[in-house]
Formats: sequence, structure tokens, C-alpha cells
Amino acid sequence: MTAIRPPVVQVSGCRKTYGSLVALDEVSFDVVDGEIFGLIGPNGAGKTTTMECVEGLRRPDRGTIAVLGMDPFRDVYALQQRIGVQLQQAQLQKRITVWEAVDFWASLYRRPASDGRRLLDQLGLAEKRNAWFMTLSGGQKQRLFIALALINDPDVVFLDELTTGLDPQARRAIWDLVRDIRSRGKTVFLTTHLMEEAERLCDRVAIMEHGRIIDIDTPDRLVARHCPERTIVVTTEDAGAEQRFRELPQAQSVTRHGARLTIEGRGDDLVAAVIDCVSANRIRVSDFRTLMPNLEDVFLRLTGHSIRD
Amino acid sequence: MLRGLVKLTWLEIKIFLREPMGAVGTIVIPVAVFVGLGRVAGRTLSPGTLSDPSTSFGASSVWVRIILPVFAALLIALSAVVSLVTIISIYREGGILKRLRATPLRPATILTAHVVVKLLFTAATLALLVLAGKRYYPSGVNVSIWSATVALLISTWSVLSLGFIIASLVPTARFAQPIAAAIFYPMVALSGLFVPLASLPPGLRAVARLLPLTYAVSLLKGIWEGEPWFAHAGDVAALAVVFAVCVAISSKVFRWE
Repeated sequence: MTAIRPPVVQVSGCRKTYGSLVALDEVSFDVVDGEIFGLIGPNGAGKTTTMECVEGLRRPDRGTIAVLGMDPFRDVYALQQRIGVQLQQAQLQKRITVWEAVDFWASLYRRPASDGRRLLDQLGLAEKRNAWFMTLSGGQKQRLFIALALINDPDVVFLDELTTGLDPQARRAIWDLVRDIRSRGKTVFLTTHLMEEAERLCDRVAIMEHGRIIDIDTPDRLVARHCPERTIVVTTEDAGAEQRFRELPQAQSVTRHGARLTIEGRGDDLVAAVIDCVSANRIRVSDFRTLMPNLEDVFLRLTGHSIRD
Repeated sequence: MLRGLVKLTWLEIKIFLREPMGAVGTIVIPVAVFVGLGRVAGRTLSPGTLSDPSTSFGASSVWVRIILPVFAALLIALSAVVSLVTIISIYREGGILKRLRATPLRPATILTAHVVVKLLFTAATLALLVLAGKRYYPSGVNVSIWSATVALLISTWSVLSLGFIIASLVPTARFAQPIAAAIFYPMVALSGLFVPLASLPPGLRAVARLLPLTYAVSLLKGIWEGEPWFAHAGDVAALAVVFAVCVAISSKVFRWE
């Protein structure tokens, strides 16, 4: 898939410093047409700076960026016509109504804009169209910003920390919206410090820390590459089970707590081996769980600390 | 981006009128104060000077005919500037400026829309002030609405450019209003409106000559007294220079976020 589709965002060798602080250090990556690409990392890692360079709001000291074949800084007005942007912690005028914002934004673009009314319907803001911005809830504000980012029917949508500060339910609703954007053939470039969000939403993620990109791949492959450990927890009354599991070459350790056996090993082979062993020996199990490492663990492994620190 | 400018200007007018203190603070209060003070001052004058404005050379008559209206006009201009500085810093702090920049809108369009809104309200308030003066003022107001409005717009325009520099330097919205007031209101004291420039100590007089309000006051006073425009070409030129210099500086120091 990566080989066939052309990149819509190409960043290579970008560096940005603020005084002695290196915000971006040799950042390079591509975002491919039609994918949801996530930049993940803790606050202050350089995610927003990277995104704002790509959007043409900041200029890197060094390096080249192309978005839809354009230089985002030189061609910023031409580029703004074809991209949609949601900024982190942005606000609108307190007393602007939802519809005024949508209508004004629509008037700014040359290409036939999306139907604002339908957009508000889809985003569940139809009955809030005459409400002032200041009266909206956090989730409603974010949905309005998504509407504004989509108003010009953009080819690439940039979403910076779009679910920060939202409750889990609102967050899930926004995830559905983002998947919806992809299903309409758009490319989505987002940043998040929520590993769960990256895991559930992104086709590919770039892990960023201290202004550098540490690794880029699909969430599954990142986990497989950096955290191959698997843990299987089996609950059984079978007295011989522990010994059978110990004999498996893929199992590195087996520990027992009452009826619960914890088998640790590496790679996906372990899961297959344990399942085969259970069925071949007709071991009666009352519970079977596989504990998979996630992006959180990958981040911990790569940086030596948790993303929340 | 003319379309964007017209639409944004219209939007900002509506938004401004929705502010609880928006219209009251900028339009009603200056006019009410002007009319109220004029009536109080008018009552303390002798009936003779009141009935015939042409012969009124007394100090209190000048006070009512010239100083008070010019002062009110100046307050309108300054409240526009203070309000612009506040709005720009609120918009910057809240990320509204940044959000607007991430559209095909040009930065100049955004700032122009705000300046136009402020000038429109300034002109509207002054027109009201002159009309109210004609109707309720003790000695009547003989100035042409057009001349007075143009003079005030030129003054406001020039002082607004200074406001942009202040808006760039004010760290947060909370400080915008007090800092702008602290800079502008002393300028009023030095402007020659209440104390003639000639009676200021030389040091202060030199400072006053550098301040845009001094020229604004000279222009407004002259126009209010019925002097011709060409007599104040020097004031207009000075205000134009202030405008050019301040725009050049603020385009260098202005911060969007």
C-alpha cells in the first residue's frame, strides 16, 4: 500500500531551534495518501511544532517540506485552500455563533465548499447553530473545529490533539468522525499523546521524543519489533498442565498462583504453541488470556520512561 | 480577499454589539457625559454669554465650546484604541488570531477588519455627539459633522497605529487595558488641551511635541473652532508620519501568538 500511493506530505531533515532549545532535530517522514498518520509522544516532544511547520504556520531553520507538492511556507495561501486545520487549544470569538463561524469559513475558500448545513448535521451540531461559541461544551467546540477543518472539502486534514480534555464518550464519537474522514478518501495527519487513541485510530504512527522521531510504522509492527514479549494467563485445575507448558520451547518461564498459570515468552509463536498444547493434551481451562504489549510499552521501551512522565 | 474583509468586518460588528458593555461603553457613555457636563457647565455661565456664542470670550465659555467637545472626541478615539489593544491581546491569547491565520485569510485582512470596526464606531459616536450637541448644548455646536468626523478619524487612525505597537508588547490580555490606559491618558494631559503647550516647562513641551495626541488635539480644536483645514495641514502631516512610523514598527514587532 505504501509503495503504490504517493506521499501527500514529505518532510525531510527538518530542524527548528528556539534559542538553545532544539525543538526539531532532523525530522523526516512521509504521510501517504488516504491514511491516518499519527505523530505520538509526550507534551513538548515537538509534535505541534512539526505539524505547524507542515501547515505553513512556522518555518523550519533547515530541511524541506512538501505538502501536496507545494512548499507550505512559500505557497501558504494556495496550500490553505486545499488543507483543513484544527489547532491545539484554539478558540473562536466568544460571541460568534456556530453558523456564523461555518458560514464565514466557507466564504474564505475558492473551491466549492462542503455543505455547511450537512456538516453540522453530521457532527451533531445542527441544534446548536445559533449558540454562541462560549456556551458550547468542550466536545461541541472540538466538533465545530472539525467542521471548520472540513468546510473546504480538503485533501489533507490536520488534527492537533483533538480529543484532549474530552470525556471518553466524546472521544469515541470523535474517533468515529476521523475514521469517517478517511473513508471519504482524505488523508489525516494527527498528533496525540494518548497511546490508546493512536492504537485505535492510526494506520501508521511516528514516535517522537525531544524533537526527534524514534521510529515509524504501523502500531502492530512497532509492538512486534520493540516489545515481542507475550504473556499468557491460563486458569486450569489440571495438575499436569504446568509441566506441559514448561516443555514448550517458546515458553521462557511458567509461574503458578493457585489454579492460575502465567506463561511468558517471545513472539506470536508462543500463543499458537500454548493453544496447540492445550488442545493436544486436552487440558480443561476455565480462563485463557493473552496480554499483549501496546504502544505504551513500546514508548517505555524506546525512551526508558512512560509517556505520562 | 475583499470578500473576507467585508464579511469579517460585519461579523466583528455583530460580535462587538453582543458584548454586554460594547455599545453602551463606546457610544452611550461618551455622549451622555458630554451632554451632561455641558449642561452643568452651561448653567454656571452668565446668561449673556450663553445667548450669543460669537461674543463669548470668557474662559468658561471656551471650556464649554471647545475643550469639552474635543476632550469627549478624544475619549472616543482613545476608547477605540484601548478596546482594540484589548481585543487583539484577547484574540492572541485565546489562539483566535492563530486560528484565523490558518485559513486563506491574510493577516493584514484580519487587522484591517478590526481597525475598520473601531473607526466605524468612532465615527458613529462622534456623529451622535455632534447631533446631541446641536440639540442639547448650551451654546450649540457649530461644527460640521463631516469635518469633525474626518478630523477624528485621522486622529484615531494615527493613534490606533500606536495601539498596535502596544498590542504587540502587552504580555497578556489582562494587562492590555490598564497598560494602554496608563500610556494614553497621560498623553491627554500633555496634549495641550487643558494646559497650553506654551505654558509647559521646556522638557515636557519637547516630550509633548513627540506625542501624536498633541497633533490630534491641535487638529480637533482647530476644526471645532471653525478654522479651515489648510491651517492644520501640519497636524495632518504629523499624524500621517506617526501612522507610517508606527505601522512600520508594529509590522516588525507584532506577534500572532
